[in-house]
Amino acid sequence: MSAPLIELETVEKDYGEVLALAGVSAEIAAGEFFSLLGPSGCGKTTLLRTIAGFEDPTGGRVRIDGRDMEGVPANSRPTNMVFQSYAIFPHLSVGQNVGFGLRRKGLTKTEMARQVGEALEMVGLGGYEARASHALSGGQRQRVALARALIMKPKVLLLDEPLSALDKKLREQMQVELRKLQRQVGITFILVTHDQEEALIMSDRIAVMFDGQIAQLDSPQALYRRPVSRRVAEFIGVMNFIEAEVTAETGDRLTVDVAGLGAVDLSAEQCPGGGGGRGAAVGIRPETMTLLIDGETRSGRITEGSVEEVVYYGDMTYYDIRLDGVPAPVTISMRNLPGRAVLERGARARVAWDASAMVLFR
Amino acid sequence: MKRSGWLGIYAVAYLVFLYAPVVLLPLFAFNDATIIAFPLSGFTTEWFAQLATIEALHDSVINSLYIAVSTAILATCFGVFAARASSRYDFPAKRGIMGFIMIPMVLPEIIIAVALLVVLLQLGIALSAWTVILGHVLLCTPFSIAILNSAFLAMDRSLEEAAYDLGETRWSAFRLITLPLVMPGIVSSLLISFTISLDEFIIAFFLTGNEPTLPVYLWSQLRFPQKIPVVMALGTILLAASLILLTTAEYFRRRGVARTGAKDTGGFL
Repeated sequence: MSAPLIELETVEKDYGEVLALAGVSAEIAAGEFFSLLGPSGCGKTTLLRTIAGFEDPTGGRVRIDGRDMEGVPANSRPTNMVFQSYAIFPHLSVGQNVGFGLRRKGLTKTEMARQVGEALEMVGLGGYEARASHALSGGQRQRVALARALIMKPKVLLLDEPLSALDKKLREQMQVELRKLQRQVGITFILVTHDQEEALIMSDRIAVMFDGQIAQLDSPQALYRRPVSRRVAEFIGVMNFIEAEVTAETGDRLTVDVAGLGAVDLSAEQCPGGGGGRGAAVGIRPETMTLLIDGETRSGRITEGSVEEVVYYGDMTYYDIRLDGVPAPVTISMRNLPGRAVLERGARARVAWDASAMVLFR
Repeated sequence: MKRSGWLGIYAVAYLVFLYAPVVLLPLFAFNDATIIAFPLSGFTTEWFAQLATIEALHDSVINSLYIAVSTAILATCFGVFAARASSRYDFPAKRGIMGFIMIPMVLPEIIIAVALLVVLLQLGIALSAWTVILGHVLLCTPFSIAILNSAFLAMDRSLEEAAYDLGETRWSAFRLITLPLVMPGIVSSLLISFTISLDEFIIAFFLTGNEPTLPVYLWSQLRFPQKIPVVMALGTILLAASLILLTTAEYFRRRGVARTGAKDTGGFL
């Protein structure tokens, strides 16, 4: 990675009664699509607004492109923001909205019109200049907000939950489009979202935040496969937790006794959160376990149980299965491939699983 | 659902009681008898002609307009400052301070009038149009704040931030974005303050020196029965003027709503 574009150094924001940011440190590279993911109230929006210059940190430093941002107001930072409400100026036309930031750049009218046209073209709204902005649909408003920010050619584009107001279909379409747009313009994007799926789909790296701190900063794959804590694991997708106990530790191998499943052999890598306690839990994702149907066999380990709940999603079926000896039911997801039967509630089931898919939390 | 006939009767009676006296005003203004009673005796425009000759009346109208316009502008300016502060920023004792500013809205006017009179006399300030303006601004500012506060709160605060983020200064963001969007509120505030000031009597009565406002002048004329038709004529003109004013204001408000595509929340009419 080249020199980071944004450096956050133990950034703190104290609102008197609440500590919104409790020492956040991170480095974000130029051209990266970076997401701040967390539940509401975790400080992700405060962090974004601190980078934008709308909030002054009460401690720590924010550097953009090597320059300390202390005392630099939002209107002179190399950042632009797409607001959650889009903040489209309702009394101005689409063209006036998009060209708003160019007013102070001393451009000729024709040059301005050319740039506005280009920006609208880029977001797929070519020729919309004269439209009244209040007549736009949600998706179009979002595109206008994007064009209005990108026309400023910022070093960093900040997006505050830009897709949360759109319906599901449009949101999924915009996720892909935004990612494409980001690759095309090569600008660093920082996205705030509470939607883990959205963060996984779009980001190069994700910072998961809880209580004003970054709990884990990783690539989507690392975050999903190797969450450092149960809290992160629960926030990103679905994970089954089974009580376990570490019985032996030699070098980078661990022997763990998992309730109901017996002893498994894990590598130190499978315990990304570290820690040294004996009491522990293992986590296993629903899609890493397989329900064996009609005497199917697998090379891995197989445990029997009974089907407690069946939820049919069309492409997938989710089963809650009470494995013999395991205290709580585990969730297993199966793709509905042709010829594969959907089990009934109460049926006996055989479940194949692999210790390599487990994550240990101690 | 069957509606009760009584409610209909109540509604009609209510409207008659409310508007019948107002309808009588133009009726008697064109009646050629000095006694205000039915049957009407004949049509005349003499009372209107007389209006044109009374100099004291003209002075009082000019006084009132001067006071009402000054009050409307000052109260609306203060209203903008206070409403923006209270809708955008958190500051210590905000609720207490705002509550204090709003008190004149519910305080009996006579108390404000007497208190102001005592203070002004103690300070040795001569009574004039400006002392009336002072009293009226005190009275109108809470109304102005109430109107403007809702206008500011209805506006997405990200709009101003977005303009600031796009390189504008705080002042130019306010001027280019906030001001046009709260303009209907400002117009409403100007009109309400103007109207309150124009027909306010108690404060004007106490604080006006030897330059009476229109209501004070009218009150002084009611002692002479033969002048009542002239007062009726004057009332008719005022009625027509306020109808035109309100219609214009409503027209501009609706046009503003249509232009920004905002949801019409009803306004004042």
